[in-house]
Amino acid sequence: MESLKYDLTNTPLREVNQFLHSDASLLNGKHIEINNPNGAHHIAVGLKSEATVTIHGHAGYYAAGMNQIADVTIEGSVGSGVAENMMSGRVHVKGFASNAAGATANGGLLVIDGDAGLRCGISLKGADIVVGGSVGSFSAFMAQAGNMVILGDAGEGLGDSIYEARLFVRGKVKSLGADCEVKTMGAEDRKILVDLLERSGHSDVSPESFTLYGSARTLYHFNVAKSGAY
Amino acid sequence: MCGIVGLLVKNPKMRANIGELMLPMLIGMTERGPDSAGLAVFGAAVGADERKFSLYTSEPDFNWQKLSHDFLTHLGSKVINFAQKANHAVLTTHLETETVKTWLKEHYPQVHLLAIGQLMDIYKDVGTPAEVAARYDFSQLRGSHLVGHTRMATESAITPAHAHPFTAGQDWCLVHNGSLSNAPSLRRKLQHEGISFETDNDTEAACRFLEWRMREGDDLQTALEHGFEELDGFYTLLMGTKDQLALVRDPFACKPAVVAEHDDYVAIASEFRSLAHLPDIKNAKVFEPSPKEMYVWKV
Repeated sequence: MESLKYDLTNTPLREVNQFLHSDASLLNGKHIEINNPNGAHHIAVGLKSEATVTIHGHAGYYAAGMNQIADVTIEGSVGSGVAENMMSGRVHVKGFASNAAGATANGGLLVIDGDAGLRCGISLKGADIVVGGSVGSFSAFMAQAGNMVILGDAGEGLGDSIYEARLFVRGKVKSLGADCEVKTMGAEDRKILVDLLERSGHSDVSPESFTLYGSARTLYHFNVAKSGAY
Repeated sequence: MCGIVGLLVKNPKMRANIGELMLPMLIGMTERGPDSAGLAVFGAAVGADERKFSLYTSEPDFNWQKLSHDFLTHLGSKVINFAQKANHAVLTTHLETETVKTWLKEHYPQVHLLAIGQLMDIYKDVGTPAEVAARYDFSQLRGSHLVGHTRMATESAITPAHAHPFTAGQDWCLVHNGSLSNAPSLRRKLQHEGISFETDNDTEAACRFLEWRMREGDDLQTALEHGFEELDGFYTLLMGTKDQLALVRDPFACKPAVVAEHDDYVAIASEFRSLAHLPDIKNAKVFEPSPKEMYVWKV
């Protein structure tokens, strides 16, 4: 595989990102390495080719945001909004992620080896997120579709006002948000969990150690008996 | 948006270079706070019966020599040390705090008393972090720990007095990233306790609240627990005392912070961008502090 190296200490980030936005025919199958990211924002955003990108170090806000097709690995940690609004492809964070990781993501897989901050997977729209550590409060708030696998614990208000996303949690949940409840894990759910554990490097983890959470669907329709509370 | 930075140097050999180590941290936060900057540095203590008074005036041609001379004539007291940089000066004396305060108010009302302490010097001014740092020779600072701030004003005017750090009491200061929605009611509550304010800035309310709690007998931890109950809004607060740095984030973690703990130092910043240059950062433990938890590092 052809490999290209960039060093952000002597190449402006805009130049690197513009190259990463070249026509897919130029980028497909290429491997791009980015050294000395030093916490810069917006690294490798808006990719839409079959390229693989490795960021050697810590990235700032919105790393690999709006990703499509591409496979982006961050060797360090990331700031807020990693892979936000991802459409497809794969983003792998080997360190920790700050707030709103994978927010509004439509598709693709986000893997975070460490902890994720607050509001992880907020308004998730169909992507899969696997967090090796714990997630902060208000994660999966209004999550509409997709799956979240949390190997550690979840903070307060998990899955508040959740729609049809699945939340698999192995550890403790500090509190559930409104309309989020424990679900029975069916064969289809289990298959999804096993597949995600395998694809995120956690095939040694037993799917039986997870609890599934989802929507109680009581907020889907106007309830006249509770009109006073609205 | 604002930027905060903090640096506590554990390795005594590096304390002579704290200014140089910190400078890229502060400048790294320029995008988060381009309109003013400031810092408080804790250096060698003055004598047990002495106090340092950090002074500021907005008058560019202010006659500091006359102030120093008048101080001696009026108060009959020798100024132990008088160090002036641009329109800041640090005056060291063994006179009582109240005597100095009253004298300043009477004779030099245009001079702003920024801070009082035995270890702490404060510099804050309008301009980009690089401009402010050059004006006050930040790169030459020595000391064991410091807190710094870059400001993007959102709720009150851009003046040196509105810049951070804020102080109350002695050898205690605070920088803030965020905004407090109940600052006016907090101010009214504190005014009932006889506490007066120098600006209409929301951070000053938080600063005087915490200092008041500690004067009432709270330790820093208890004061901050009261803070969680009383402060409504978004905040990452970084505080400096004579021998520690303390950090808290609001329960919703609306404002960022990253910490790097190394054998030689502890560095705190709003973003990793400001930590990337630090020596041997690759071997530091880098983490994001949890919301509503208190982190304290001792010198």
